[in-house]
Amino acid sequence: MELINLFVRSIFIENMIFAYFLGMCSYLAVSKTVKTAVGLGAAVIFVLAITVPINYLLDTYLLRPGALQWLGAEYADIDLSFLSFIMFIAVIASMVQLVEMIVEKFAPALYGALGIFLPLIAVNCAILGGSLFMQQKDFGTITEAITYGFGSGIGWFLAILGIAAIREKIAYSNVPAPLKGLGITFIITGLMALGFMSFMGIKL
Amino acid sequence: MATEKNNISQEKEAKKKEMILFLSSSEEKEHFLSKGNRKLLSDPLNDNNPITVQVLGICSALAITVQLEPAIVMALAVTAVMAFSNMIISMMRNLIPSRIRIIVQLVVVASLVVLVDQILKAYAYDVSKQLSVFIGLIITNCIVMGRLEAFALGNGVYKSFLDGIGNAAGYGLILIIVAFFRELLGSGKLFGFEVLGHQGATLAESTGLYALGYVNNGLMLLSPMALIVVGLLIWVQRARNRKLIEEN
Repeated sequence: MELINLFVRSIFIENMIFAYFLGMCSYLAVSKTVKTAVGLGAAVIFVLAITVPINYLLDTYLLRPGALQWLGAEYADIDLSFLSFIMFIAVIASMVQLVEMIVEKFAPALYGALGIFLPLIAVNCAILGGSLFMQQKDFGTITEAITYGFGSGIGWFLAILGIAAIREKIAYSNVPAPLKGLGITFIITGLMALGFMSFMGIKL
Repeated sequence: MATEKNNISQEKEAKKKEMILFLSSSEEKEHFLSKGNRKLLSDPLNDNNPITVQVLGICSALAITVQLEPAIVMALAVTAVMAFSNMIISMMRNLIPSRIRIIVQLVVVASLVVLVDQILKAYAYDVSKQLSVFIGLIITNCIVMGRLEAFALGNGVYKSFLDGIGNAAGYGLILIIVAFFRELLGSGKLFGFEVLGHQGATLAESTGLYALGYVNNGLMLLSPMALIVVGLLIWVQRARNRKLIEEN
């Protein structure tokens, strides 16, 4: 129950895009057509669901104050948390590289579909943001970390899918010239975010 | 004898001229704020603004603009990281193999961000708490990576430094404008001072604009309004500068 609650919250209430604006750059750049949006969204779900649990393990057994206790009592008061940015980004960059190679070897069709989006993801703020929020939320077990990573990936996917569908339609409408493209996309995202605020307070 | 002397003096003259030429040309190259260098600084403020035109670095720009103070701290942090990462990558640009350049860039940026984060925690703890994860997210802020890829990998050290400062200034400008409107309209304050007067429990206790029945617009404090304010800013900018208008 707790897990389902966390899952729903990470998709709708703490949506990466509408609540924290994470991953906006690729969200704006790759949302011109639904097809590419689906590709990028799937890649984000994939990478978030892998990197958040890995970084959770790293945080619990290496970085947190007192995390090195398993090495022996004399290591109990070592605090390596200032290293977390570098460790997290290194894990993300290498995981993305690894995932890219594995997918290329074993699922060439998927690799063709994801294409250039996989390497792009290393610098997507949503991925690092997921790990940093995981650290801030102080999860108790790894299942919670997996649920959170997977859920926020799905939230990002929904957001980019929605905006891409709207942008495909809005190409036919009469938008004031200076607002065309970027401006109207910002305003629509704002209105969608207002809509997503109505999920606030939902508890299962 | 005379011709020899003449020759020597001519040679000396020529050397002098060369020297002057060399000096002046090097001066032109190194001139602190030549026209090209000034353009590097001023272009990102309007025509090539990182947020409204290049669409880089939006992630963090929106989440921290509820008040002016964190917005300014964020702008300064990004300036420091961008200027120095641009400079360092530009120094190493001929040594980095292009296949692993992204990881090298990430490591350089990440170590600079760790520095900034530790300094903020030591000297401005409250603001650092307010900014929470967004300082860490400077690492993946597309504006940093974007300028490293687009500029620092192909240009000299000083020029890259200026480009970093210019783009961070363009980013900071938008951040400060958005934060100004959101704080003023949302809570009637600037930097935490009540500029529109004090809002009391009743109309009689209020002063300034609030005595006339003015009410704060609480909607401005919510995160979606950041997006809409930036959208309106883009509208204003493109209406004034028609060559930026997109085809579709």
